[in-house]
Amino acid sequence: MGKARDTLLGPIFDENPIALQILGICSALAVTTKMDTAVTMCLAVIFVTAMSNAAVSLIRNYIPTNIRIIVQMTIIASLVIIVDQFLRAYAFGISKQLSVFVGLIITNCIVMGRAEAFAMKESVGISFLDGVGNGLGYSLVLLVVAVLRELFGSGRLFGVEILALVNVGGWYVPNGLMLLPPSAFFIIGGFIWVLRSFKTEQVEEQD
Amino acid sequence: MLEAYLSLFAKAVFVENIALAFFLGMCTYLAVSKRVSTAFGLGVAVVVVQTITVPLNNLVYRHLLKEEALGALGLGGVDLTFIGLISYIGVIAASVQILEMFLDKYVPSLYNALGIFLPLITVNCAILGGSLFMVERDYDFGESVVFGFGSGLGWALAIVALAGVREKLQYSNVPHGLRGLGITFMTVGLMAMAFMAFSGIQL
Repeated sequence: MGKARDTLLGPIFDENPIALQILGICSALAVTTKMDTAVTMCLAVIFVTAMSNAAVSLIRNYIPTNIRIIVQMTIIASLVIIVDQFLRAYAFGISKQLSVFVGLIITNCIVMGRAEAFAMKESVGISFLDGVGNGLGYSLVLLVVAVLRELFGSGRLFGVEILALVNVGGWYVPNGLMLLPPSAFFIIGGFIWVLRSFKTEQVEEQD
Repeated sequence: MLEAYLSLFAKAVFVENIALAFFLGMCTYLAVSKRVSTAFGLGVAVVVVQTITVPLNNLVYRHLLKEEALGALGLGGVDLTFIGLISYIGVIAASVQILEMFLDKYVPSLYNALGIFLPLITVNCAILGGSLFMVERDYDFGESVVFGFGSGLGWALAIVALAGVREKLQYSNVPHGLRGLGITFMTVGLMAMAFMAFSGIQL
């Protein structure tokens, strides 16, 4: 049981895919101006990583080594198409807001990286857990960024007003920078700083 | 006509910079920007691949996938856009592979310079992102050539600029926990803010 727990929970703080391995940042930043898009994105990524890990692991002994990238890519692309079609059918508004970023899960390095580094070697169950764990690690960073950006950028969470804005008679002057792209970089930079202050073994040497 | 292309080009390079405004290709952007020379090599590779794959995917989209595209074959009502994602990534993977073999045979010096970057590019979100934006904005063939080249160039500019900053950063005393990745994020944030100065420009 110990191994299963480590595989599931390890990627959240100890080996966070975004903060430590610089994987999957591409989509992490653009979808975090609002909580509902961020949560949708998290669920989509957890689904795709877990399922692709399980699928790759299931056929790992039958994939010829020199075409494995193409095989993994096809599996991942099919899963992303399922997610994309599902969102279009049941959450059209959010799917419109996410625009190209659902499609970009295909090239999200977390999915590909875990399939290549973990699922090609390990059994189905543990690969599935690894996928869920890495999806959760990604979600953690995404949700922290999204909470900060939506709360301070527009005074809301999930579209519900938390801080009363000045222009509707409240007291809070929204920080417009939070809604713009650069703030995401500052927040993630700060997140890494906080994380590494507690987990000092993750600090990099000056290069 | 030319004016429209020029403004689309400027918009793709500066105003809607694919790295700094849409965060595409961030993984390689942060990982391969430690030295200016390698960043430049990767930048060139992205420009080349982007200029080839965006127009190719444009043809695939407009003549195979779009509704009514197969009308001449008597398949008028068939809308294949849902398999778009897998076709685009297939086209990208194939053209990167062909480009690699072509360069290896005919331009070995360039092949050696680009080296390991070419295969990496298949999984670079900037490339797939370029094609997806092209589909979403419904560009025609000429526009897709200009957009492909422009967005690739914008990405290359951004990575070379970041590599320049990071080379200088080696001499500064960065707080312990921020070293490496953390300070890079902050730098990119500041660069993105600088690029936002272009955003008000109407062409």
